[in-house]
Amino acid sequence: MAGSRPLAEGWRAYRLIAAMWIRSTLTYRVSFALTVLGGLLVTGLDFVAILLMFSRVDVLGGYSLPEVAFLYGLSATSFGLADLAIGSAGRLGTRVRDGTLDTLLVRPAPVLAQVAADRFALRRISRIMQGSLVLGYALVASDIGWTPVKVLMVPGMVLCGGVIFSAVFVAGAAFQFVAQDASEVQNAFTYGGQTLLQYPPTVFGRELVRGVTFIFPVAFVNWVPAAYVLGRPYPLDGVPRWAAFAPPVVAAVCCLAAGLAWRAGLRSYRSTGS
Amino acid sequence: MDAFIEVDRVEKVFDVRRRTGFMKRERRQVRAVDSLSFTVARGEMVGYIGPNGAGKSTTVKMLTGILMPSAGRLRVAGIDPSRERTRLAHRIGVVFGQRTTLWWDLPLIDSYRLAHRIYRIPDARYRENLDRCVELLQLESLLDVPVRQLSLGQRMRGDIAAALLHDPEVLYLDEPTIGLDVVSKAKVRGFLRELNAERGTTVLLTTHDLQDIEQLCSRVMVIDHGRLVYDGPLAGLHEAGESERMLVVDLERELPPVRVASARVVRVEGPRQWLAFPAGQSAAPVVAQLAAEYPLVDLSVREPDIEAVIAKMYAEKAVS
Repeated sequence: MAGSRPLAEGWRAYRLIAAMWIRSTLTYRVSFALTVLGGLLVTGLDFVAILLMFSRVDVLGGYSLPEVAFLYGLSATSFGLADLAIGSAGRLGTRVRDGTLDTLLVRPAPVLAQVAADRFALRRISRIMQGSLVLGYALVASDIGWTPVKVLMVPGMVLCGGVIFSAVFVAGAAFQFVAQDASEVQNAFTYGGQTLLQYPPTVFGRELVRGVTFIFPVAFVNWVPAAYVLGRPYPLDGVPRWAAFAPPVVAAVCCLAAGLAWRAGLRSYRSTGS
Repeated sequence: MDAFIEVDRVEKVFDVRRRTGFMKRERRQVRAVDSLSFTVARGEMVGYIGPNGAGKSTTVKMLTGILMPSAGRLRVAGIDPSRERTRLAHRIGVVFGQRTTLWWDLPLIDSYRLAHRIYRIPDARYRENLDRCVELLQLESLLDVPVRQLSLGQRMRGDIAAALLHDPEVLYLDEPTIGLDVVSKAKVRGFLRELNAERGTTVLLTTHDLQDIEQLCSRVMVIDHGRLVYDGPLAGLHEAGESERMLVVDLERELPPVRVASARVVRVEGPRQWLAFPAGQSAAPVVAQLAAEYPLVDLSVREPDIEAVIAKMYAEKAVS
C-alpha cells in the first residue's frame, strides 16, 4: 500500500464502488423507499422515548428538553454520517469467514476503501435526516447565548463526531480480522456509544463518564464541546475549558489509532489467512 | 525462456489454535506449503492439482499477494506479490470459481464498466478486449441481463471476461469448470486455449477436473502435503505413478490364467482374462505371444485412468 497517493486512490475506489451499490439498491425502488421510510419511523420513535420522559419530568440530569435534544441531535447526526460513510466495514467478519475478502485483495485499490464502500447503504440517510431534524429543533428552542465561535462549533462538532465514530467503525472492523464473529462487540461500541451520548453526562456514573472521556473518547463527539456551547460545567474534574475545542485533535488521534489497528489487522489476515 | 513466475523454497506456516476445553487452547503449527520451488515461463499453461488441503490455494494466494509467505522467495513478473499487491493487481487476472466478482443485481455490462475504471484501462483497449471476450465467450445477449439471472455457466464465462479486460499477463483460474455442463465446459476450455495461443497469456489452473488439464495443459504440477510430488508433462504422470495398462483378452474357452512375459493376470472371468503391464511398455510383444500360444478370439487395451494414477500418488505420499 506504499503506492502513490493512497488517500486519493482510496477515495476514488470508494466513490466508484459506492455508486455501484447505490445503483444496485435502486433496482428495487419500492423496497428502498420503504426501508428509508421505515428507518425514519424507527429512529423517530427513538426520540419519542425522550419526549415521553419529559412529559413526566422537566429536567433530565439538570438538562432541559432542548438541551437534551441538542445532545441527541449531535450524536445521532454524526453517528449517521459515520454509519453511512463507513458502517459497512462492520460486515468485514462475514467477508473474512466466507473468503470473499480475497476477491477484494486482488483488485488494484486500497482494501479499506473497498470494505468501507461494500454494500454502501443509502437508506442510512434516514438517521442523518432524523438527527438533523432534532438538532434543528434544539437550535431553535434552546436559549443558547450564541457567539460566532459557538455558531462555528456546531458544524465542527458534527464533522468531528462523524470522524470519531468512523474511527471506531474502522477499529471495530480491524478487530474482526482476528475475531470474525465480533460484530456484536463492535455494535456495543458504535450503537452503544451513540445511545449513551444521547443523554446528558450527568445521568451516568462518574466512572463511565471518565471512561468515555479519557479511554474511549467518544465524549468529544458532543458531551465535552456541548457543555461549553450550553454554558454548563463538565461533570468531571480535570477537564479544562479548552477541552471543548479539542474534538479535531481527538478525531485525528482516533484516526491514527484506527489506521494502525487496521494495518495490524490486515497484516495478521495476510499472514494467517483467516 | 524467461521465468515469469518464480517460486523458490517458499514456505507457509499457519498457527492453528484449537479450543480443547472451555478456556484451554492448543496451538499447533501447520505447514501448508513446505519448501516449494518451481518456475513457470511466459506463455505456459500449467495445471496445478492436488487433494483438498494440499496447499494449492495457499500457493495461489501467495502468488496473487493475498498471503505473505513465511519464508522463501516469490516473484511474479519481477514483482514481489505480498509487498506490491496493488501494482501486481494490474498485471494479473484471477477467477475464483466459486466466488463471483460480478455485481449480483446489476446487468453484466456494469461489472465490466467498473473494471474499466478501477483498473484504469485505456478506452480503446477496453473496447477491444470487451468485444473480443463478448465474441469468443458468447456474451452478446447477456450483457444487459442482471447477473443474478445468469446460469452458472454463463456467470463463469462472465467472470472470466471480467478478469481479462485489463490485459493481464497471467491468469489464475481456480476450478473454472466446476459445476458446468458439458457444453459450457467446452466453451470455457476453447476460449482459454485461444487466449493462450493468441495473447501468450500465462495460465495457472487449479482444478479437480482432469479433463481440463488433459485438454489445456502441457505441463502439470501435483502438490500434496505442501510439497511438489510431480512436475512434468501429463503423460509422464503414468510412469511417475507406476501405473499399468490393461489388456483384456477373450479366449475361445475357459482356461487357467495365461502365462506371458512382462504381464500378469489380475482377473479371470470365464473365458475373459485381464492382464496388467507397465504403462511405459508397448502392448505388441504381449499380444504377439498371446496370439501364438493361446486360442485368442478378441482383445482390447485399456489406458490407465489418470485419476486412479493420481489417487495412488496421493495415497503413497500419505503413507510415507
